[in-house]
This record gives sequence, C-alpha cells and structure tokens, in this order.
Amino acid sequence: MSETGSGAPIVRAKGLHKEYGSGEGLVRAVDEVDLEVAPGEAVAIMGPSGCGKSTLLHLLGGLDRPSAGELWLEERRIDKLSERGLAQFRRHDVGVVFQAFHLMDELTAQENVELPALLAGSSPRQARRRARELLDQVGLADRAAHLPSALSGGQRQRVAIARALANEPQIVLADEPTGNLDSAATLEVLRLFEGLHSAGLTLIVVTHDERIAATANRMISMRDGAFVDEMRLTGGTKGTLADSAGLGA
Amino acid sequence: MGTALLVFRLAARDVRHHAAQAVLLVVAIAAATATLTMAIALSGVTSQSPYLTTRAATKGPDVVAYTTSASQAANLARASGVSSHSGPFPVVSATIHFDGRFSDVFAEGRSMTPAEVDQPLLTAGSWVRPDGVVIERTFADALGVSVGDRISLNGTSFAVAGIAVTAAQSPYPNLCNGTLVGPTPAASKFSNACPSSFNIPFLALPGGQYLSSSDDVGQIWMTEADAIGLTSKANPLTTYVVNLKLTNPGDAPAFAYDRFTVTSSPTAPLFSTWEGQEAEDAKLVQDGQGVLQPGAFLLALLAVASVAVLVGRRLSEYARRVGLLKAVGGTPSVVAATFLAENLVLALLAAVVGLVAGWLASPLITGPGAALVGAAGAPPISLLAALEVIGLAILVALAATLVPAIRASRGSTVAALNDVGRPPKRRGALIRISSKLPIPALFGLRLVARRPRRSLLSAANIAVTTTGIVTVVAFHAFADNTLSGAVALTAGGLSDPVINRDEQMLTIITVMLVTLAALNTLFTTWATVLDARHAAALMQALGARVRQVSSGLVVAQVLCALPGAILGIPLGVGLFKLAVKHGSLPPVTWAAAAALATLVATAALTIVPARLGTRQPVAEVLQSETA
Repeated sequence: MSETGSGAPIVRAKGLHKEYGSGEGLVRAVDEVDLEVAPGEAVAIMGPSGCGKSTLLHLLGGLDRPSAGELWLEERRIDKLSERGLAQFRRHDVGVVFQAFHLMDELTAQENVELPALLAGSSPRQARRRARELLDQVGLADRAAHLPSALSGGQRQRVAIARALANEPQIVLADEPTGNLDSAATLEVLRLFEGLHSAGLTLIVVTHDERIAATANRMISMRDGAFVDEMRLTGGTKGTLADSAGLGA
Repeated sequence: MGTALLVFRLAARDVRHHAAQAVLLVVAIAAATATLTMAIALSGVTSQSPYLTTRAATKGPDVVAYTTSASQAANLARASGVSSHSGPFPVVSATIHFDGRFSDVFAEGRSMTPAEVDQPLLTAGSWVRPDGVVIERTFADALGVSVGDRISLNGTSFAVAGIAVTAAQSPYPNLCNGTLVGPTPAASKFSNACPSSFNIPFLALPGGQYLSSSDDVGQIWMTEADAIGLTSKANPLTTYVVNLKLTNPGDAPAFAYDRFTVTSSPTAPLFSTWEGQEAEDAKLVQDGQGVLQPGAFLLALLAVASVAVLVGRRLSEYARRVGLLKAVGGTPSVVAATFLAENLVLALLAAVVGLVAGWLASPLITGPGAALVGAAGAPPISLLAALEVIGLAILVALAATLVPAIRASRGSTVAALNDVGRPPKRRGALIRISSKLPIPALFGLRLVARRPRRSLLSAANIAVTTTGIVTVVAFHAFADNTLSGAVALTAGGLSDPVINRDEQMLTIITVMLVTLAALNTLFTTWATVLDARHAAALMQALGARVRQVSSGLVVAQVLCALPGAILGIPLGVGLFKLAVKHGSLPPVTWAAAAALATLVATAALTIVPARLGTRQPVAEVLQSETA
C-alpha cells in the first residue's frame, strides 16, 4: 500500500459518541472517539466482538447518527445532515463494503454494481458502462450476468467492492470484508484493497484479522467503545504479509 | 430516468421471484375490482337492446291503455297521432292454480289470429285456442308451468297452449310497474308508478275492478270467449285494453299524460308507455346493484387484509432491501417509492384484470331474464367508472402498504441491514395467566399477545368474512319470509325472479369472500408459523410435543378469529339492513351458526400449515434463528 497520506484530514471525528438504551440498560457503543484520517490513508480498526468498531464504521459512513460529537468530511459537517443529505453523502462520498456482502439477490452482478450510479442519477447507459468497467477491474467481467446465488463468497465480495466504487467515492469503508471468506478469497479481496489504496483511495477497514490490519498504514485498537491503542505501520510488510500469513499463492 | 429504471427493475425482479405471491395479490384485488365493475355496469344497463328486439318481434305498442269500456278504447284508437292499434280486448281478473301454487292474473281475451299491434312472441307451444291459454314466460317460470300442463282459472281447467313474451307488459312479479310513466316534469309524479306511492290502488282498474293488492300478478292470454267465461256477477267485465301505435313513438309519454290529466276521473283510462316498460325491464337487472355494491365493499376490505398479510409476511425481506438501498445512497423518497411501486403496479394490473373480467362477466348478470328475447351484451364502461375501479385498487394497495413504506423509509439503515425485525411484545400479566393453562392454550395465547397487529388483522379478516356470510344468511331468510308471506296474500309458493337473481349473485360473492378469507387465513397462519418457529422449537426443546405446539398455533388463530366472528354478526345484520331496507332479520341462531361455522373452518384451515411449520428439526431451527 502507499505511504500515509498527508495534508488536511479528509475525515475528522471529535468526541463521537453513540449509545443505546437507557438507565441500567444503557450501552455506550462508541464513547468519545476522536479520529482524523488523512487523504489516501488506510486505517484498520481492530478489537473484540462488541467493542463498537462496526458502530463506529456505521457512524463514519453515515449509516447511523451519533448521539453526540462531531463528524466532518473535509469542511463539511456530516452529523448534522438531513436524512436526504446523509443519503447523498452515502451516495457520492463513501462506498461501504459489508461482511455479509448485502447484494440484492434478485439482481445480477452487473445490476448490483449499477445500483448506486442509477440512484445518483446516471443514465442507464452510463451506469451500465461504469459497472462493466468495475467488474472488469475486480476480475468478474465474465460473471456480470450471474445472480449472487451463482457466485462464490469471494466473487460476491468483489461485486460488493465494485458496487462501493460505482460513484467514485473519496473513502471506502469496509466492515469485516473477509470475515465470511476462505483464504483464497481473502487474498483476492486483499489484493483489491491494495490496488485501491495504491490508487490513492482512503480506506477504513474494520477487522478481526491482524493479517488484514497489518496491511494498513495505521492500526487502531478499540475496547468498550473507545480507542485504547494506536500503531502506525510504516509499509515494510506490504506485499509480503500475505505470503507470511499463509495467504500467498 | 436512472432512478425510475431502478424502481421498475426492482419491482419487476421481485414479482418474478415471488410470482405466486404476486398472483395472489392480483387475484385478491381483482376480485374486488371485478365486482365493483359489475356493480357499475349494472347502473348503466337499460336492457335497451333486448327490449327493442322483443318490441320489434312482438310488434310492441307505443302506448297501452286500460279503459272502462270498449267505446272508450275505440275513441283512443281513433285519437290524433295513432297510426294503428289492436283491441280493445277484454281483461278479466282471475286466480290461477297449478300444482299447489296460486296467483292472481290478468287474463286478456285475444283473437286466435295474430294482432296488428302487440302480438306476443311464442317461445314454446302455440297461440291461444279454445281451452288453451298462453302464459307470459317469467310468470310461467315462477309458476313452474310448461306447455301441455293443465292449470285452473277461477276453478275452470285450461290447457297451457303456449309460453310467450311481450313488450307491452312488465314481467312478473312487477306487472304493476311501468304503467303511467309521464313526460318530464310529470315524470317525477309518475316515476314511482306503483299503487302505494301513487296513492291510488293501482290494480283497482278503471271501473272499480280490483285485481289484486299485491305486485305479484301474472299475465295470461286466452280467447275472448274463454276470458268472458271467467266473469261472473261478482267479477264483471269492466276493463278493456287497447294497444296503440303512434305516428311518432317518441310522443308516447305526452300522449298518455295529456289524456290522463284531462280525464282524471274514476273511469279515466290508465296508460303505459313503451319507454316505461323498457325502464321497468331494466329494473330486474339493476336490482342486483344492491347486492354487488356491498359485495365489492366487503371484497375490497378482504383484499386490504390479503395485501397487508402478504406484505407483512415479507417485511423483514423488504427491510433488508430498504437497508441496502439506503446504504448505497437511496433517499427516503426513493426507498418509499421502491417499496410502494411493486404493490401499486400489481394493484393497477389487478384493476385492469378486474375491469376486463367484470366487463366480460357483466352480460351474465345483465341478461334480460325470461321476460325478453335477445341479449343485453356487455354494457359500456365509462372513463369515470374505470377511474373509480382503478382508484379502489390503488386504495387497497395503499391502505396495506403505505404505513410500512413510510416506516421503512424513515427507519434505521443499520437495523434494516441487520434485519432486526420489530421485537415481539411482552405482556407480563398475560404470561402469568397463561402459565396456568394447558400447553396448546399457553402457547397460542402467548403467540397472539406476541404480535398484536397480526392478531388484529386475523380478527378483521374473520370479521369481514362473517359479515358476508351473515348477510347472505339474512338475505336467504328474508327471501324465504317474503315468499311464505306471499302465500298468505296472493302469490302462493311462486318463486320471485328478482330475489332468485339477487340470491345467485350473493352466492357468487359469498364464494369469492370465503375463498379470499380462506387464503388470508392460510397466509396469516403461515406468517405466524414462520414468526413462531424459534419459540416453537424452543418449546419442543423444553419437552413439548409436536402436536401440542401445532395445536398451540391453531389455538392462536382461533383466538384471533373469535372476536372477529362475534363482531361479524352485528356487522352482517347492519349491512343487510343497509342493502334491504325493510327486510326481516334472520333468527339469531342462524347468525350464530354462521359465526361458529367460520370459526370451525378457520381451525380446520390452520391445521395443515401448523403441522408443516413444526416439521423442521428443532436443532436446525435453533441454530439458524435468533430469538
């Protein structure tokens, strides 16, 4: 992956807080988190199940609203956006990749990739052309007409990644992107992320897998909703980690 | 453009993937729209085509006049504007008896040679001859008499020589109607030409002869000699009928009205016009509206329940799609549009199916009956009527899906993505009470409390069904009472073609209602089974037997159905009273039996899905489901 990006942060969170329930049942899923991510940076967020890392990713992706705190994308404050504004933020500025792929079962791979572009107002022809490019980029041009049920887990995740890139977002957020994949598929996805990072895209990846986290520029550990540790990785492992972790071909 | 394509694509693919559900949804809404189409079609029916066919085939008169003397009739025949005539013919009142049934009749004395005006068209047998009478077809049907049978008139036996139709008289049992229809503005005065509203005893014919105090009078033709033979000192000949053809048939109302107002004395002639007869003939058909409109309303209610159940069953699936759309940037309006589009498109399709089916089926109920020859054909459907039908279909779809659509568009993206359905309700008191009950009752009661909205929907489904069934029962009881009442008056044991037709339509609507309700019950049960899968597996894991669990599911459905069945009784009675203003109510036991039958049917329908739902291995369910 490329070196850590420089300049003004593209993502900035200040005192980000998310809680559920009330009284004795109150859960602080994200507790006063401060975060700055530079353009082109790859950040891995790690932690045990239930530590709040997915919730944080949902907040960063505008999928959920914080209970308190501020969230900025460059100079734009995200946490105050209307529902419609948040939808546009998700549509144009971020692409999200989920552990469970979340593809529409009744749409083909190509139609799934076309979806964000169509929502963004692209013409059907433009959306189709872009989807073909992206499927070609993720190595699935020959599977474009297949339904998700006819694809392997790795292939589904590659379709999901292509979909996340449909509107050329500034940031890609990935929630356990290899959580449901075998080693070979994990390697495929890992290589795709490396490619995206090399192309200058900002990546924020939530993962359990240290091997995945080690490919990032920065690794943040979370526990009980808060950041407990942060480690900057200086790129020496790029390209070799997969092999050393047994993911190499 | 792109968003529209997306919405259409998602709707089309979903329909393709869930074709059976889509078909059921279309069928449910189409049943309501087809019924409404038929009801609307009836209002436009004039029976014009069959009446005109019959009028041409029988040389139908423009005006029929009843007079007190032959000379009075002869004067009318010579009146200005009259181009030809037949008669005067003597008209005698008589009582006909056949096979234990009896009724009053107009016996009209005719020549054995065909008349120049109003020569009834024989549909069976031959024209009048000495000792041989011809009976009007609707009356013959009601009496159950055929050519060759022997009937008795005022105690004298005659053979039935023929059966015929005429355009000069309204068919049985509304012979009194159609007489004295005047021109506007006088039409309002004469529009209700029956004796009670006209404030003269209609059937008190000119000269003071009373034929009957009832509407149920039949028409027969016989030779003049035979007709005269029916008279007696107590039953003298005081009435003649003359059939007039005018130079301009459109002048008929004015001709009748002018002469009626000028000479309105006890011996003044009574008139009927061909337009009045045509309107009366249409009434037989239009009467069915009173059945079809409430039927369409009930079917629409059931369709709402059907769509709500079908949509509700897939809410979690929809929720995932909503979450996905939101995650990739779908705005609330796009999400709501996607949610609604499929059901609205299906509703539009159902409206078209209902319109076409209702229009094609309408000739079956707009047939002119036995009184006329020829077919009515499918009446035209106006743009307004089509919009009304489409409006109903859209209303049904919106009623069932608008709230879930709005809720989905406003809900949490993350919750939708994670498929976090609405958590079941917990009711502590009910849990305490149910713990003292046997296992099936315990499980059933807790299932009902767990999903109160679905329980409410089940209750509503059964309430609508019971309403329909009780209405049918009430109508049958009313029809029976009407006929048995007639025995005490004049028309002994004759069937009423109007009531028969209404009963047929009501039966068809009831079959549709029951079918839809059965489908709804199956779907609701299946939704309950799916929702309760985890709880059922847990019960089994804790030692409950499969039979106890499936019985619990049946108990849950019956518990929901019970208030619906009880509520359906007063609703059904109310609907019947709305449709039949002066109808007598059915015995309470009938309505109660109908409600009980609905409950039993519900239990029976629930058994199969309940059994199927509990067949999956417990471990498999517990592993795959989260509570």
